[in-house]
Amino acid sequence: MCLAVPGRVVGIEERDGTPMARVDFGGVVKDVCLAYLPEIEVGEYAIVHVGFAIQRLDEESALATLRLFERIGALDEEFGDAWAHAAAEAESAPEEENR
Amino acid sequence: MKYIDEFQDPALARRLLDDIARTVTRRWSMMEVCGGQTHSIIRHGIDQLLPGNIELIHGPGCPVCVTPLEVIDKALEIASRPGVVFCSFGDMLRVPGSDRDLFRVKGDGGDVRVVYSPMDALRIARQTPDQEVVFFGVGFETTAPAIAMAAHQAKRLDVRNFSLLVSHVRVPPAIEAIMRSPDCRVQAFLAAGHVCSVMGTLEYPALADTHKVPIVVTGFEPLDILEGIRRAVRQLERGEHRVENAYPRAVRPQGNPVALSVLREVFTTTDRAWRGIGTIPDSGWRLSDAYRDYDAEHRFEITGLATEEPAVCRSGEVLQGLIKPHECAAFGTACTPRTPLGATMVSNEGACAAYYLYRRLTTPRTEETASVD
Ligand code: SF4
Repeated sequence: MCLAVPGRVVGIEERDGTPMARVDFGGVVKDVCLAYLPEIEVGEYAIVHVGFAIQRLDEESALATLRLFERIGALDEEFGDAWAHAAAEAESAPEEENR
Repeated sequence: MKYIDEFQDPALARRLLDDIARTVTRRWSMMEVCGGQTHSIIRHGIDQLLPGNIELIHGPGCPVCVTPLEVIDKALEIASRPGVVFCSFGDMLRVPGSDRDLFRVKGDGGDVRVVYSPMDALRIARQTPDQEVVFFGVGFETTAPAIAMAAHQAKRLDVRNFSLLVSHVRVPPAIEAIMRSPDCRVQAFLAAGHVCSVMGTLEYPALADTHKVPIVVTGFEPLDILEGIRRAVRQLERGEHRVENAYPRAVRPQGNPVALSVLREVFTTTDRAWRGIGTIPDSGWRLSDAYRDYDAEHRFEITGLATEEPAVCRSGEVLQGLIKPHECAAFGTACTPRTPLGATMVSNEGACAAYYLYRRLTTPRTEETASVD
């Protein structure tokens, strides 16, 4: 959750009076709210945090960050299955040891 | 040295490290505020690559870690109620409350859902009007605008079955509290880049001035962190104490004005307890009176909580930079990421987890490990 991930805006539409985008994070595409960055255009990169674009970013920095995140597994942490992660963590934690 | 090859640009990393080594003439300690930075520092061994007389102190910048136990217990209580859909970010699932976590609540039949964005929770509320949908809003200034917008939209669209359990924290009062502590060893700050993407840098000059402390706004990729350290060391050596922006590609001085205006509409500042640290004046946000109807604490009566911290956990001292994780007796034995006793071991951004995951069981750094070759 603490991560802010750069992504590329691939489509923009209005939903319930709010500008929304489809944003591509190195293959994972998510709905992102553009309320805080309304002037961004398709093809540009933005830093996205919990579904909100918060600042523009140049392409070179965005791609470098995405590559790094991919390498260290951060994208999976951010977009992967949180229940599966939690289950894997909990699995080897017997109940008595939990506290 | 094995770590430097892992940098995106090892040659640039080496140049930055050389420059730092040339500049530094005495011992300095600086605090990285953001948990993402801590994670990156430990993962890439930055603290070990630095000259031996520079110490990095890990700061309180992990929202998962600093969310008070009482708030976690409230979340667990609300999430256990029938008719409630409790929505949370995934990293809160395994944060230990007094006697269980959200993962367990789900296992016991609670309707706990992981969402990517608070707007997803609002959508669930609109789709299931007969359920009470509660979103667990934690995080620093980077996250708060998203939560604020969910509240703003809920009000605008008149969604009545949606509320927020809010426990937001702000960085500048935490810096203030750290500097005022009699035990404070921090001589410079690496400020959290994405917090400043939202808030800008205008809150910081007064802090730098009052406490004569350099504050360098820093990103969290390895090279960003090295650059932040380089600038902080340069200021320290020259006896300066300015705010510098070492992350201009994502941070403008005025921050994100649209986000700031929604934040001011939806939230007001409040005193906030930080897990393990205690209450810091004015260090949090709560929903403003105009949004009282959307406050889960107001909507749900929560009584009879018996909040109990594990006595052994020293995460408060870890969060204030007073001890390193491995100095805690439970570290790596009773307390591991699979059996966390404190939140600093749960969250990936927590200092205890970062140390556990990336090597540091007992090793204090040596001059040898600090070499770049
Ligand atoms: S190692 Fe575990 S028990 Fe010790 S301070 Fe860290 S989280 Fe708390």
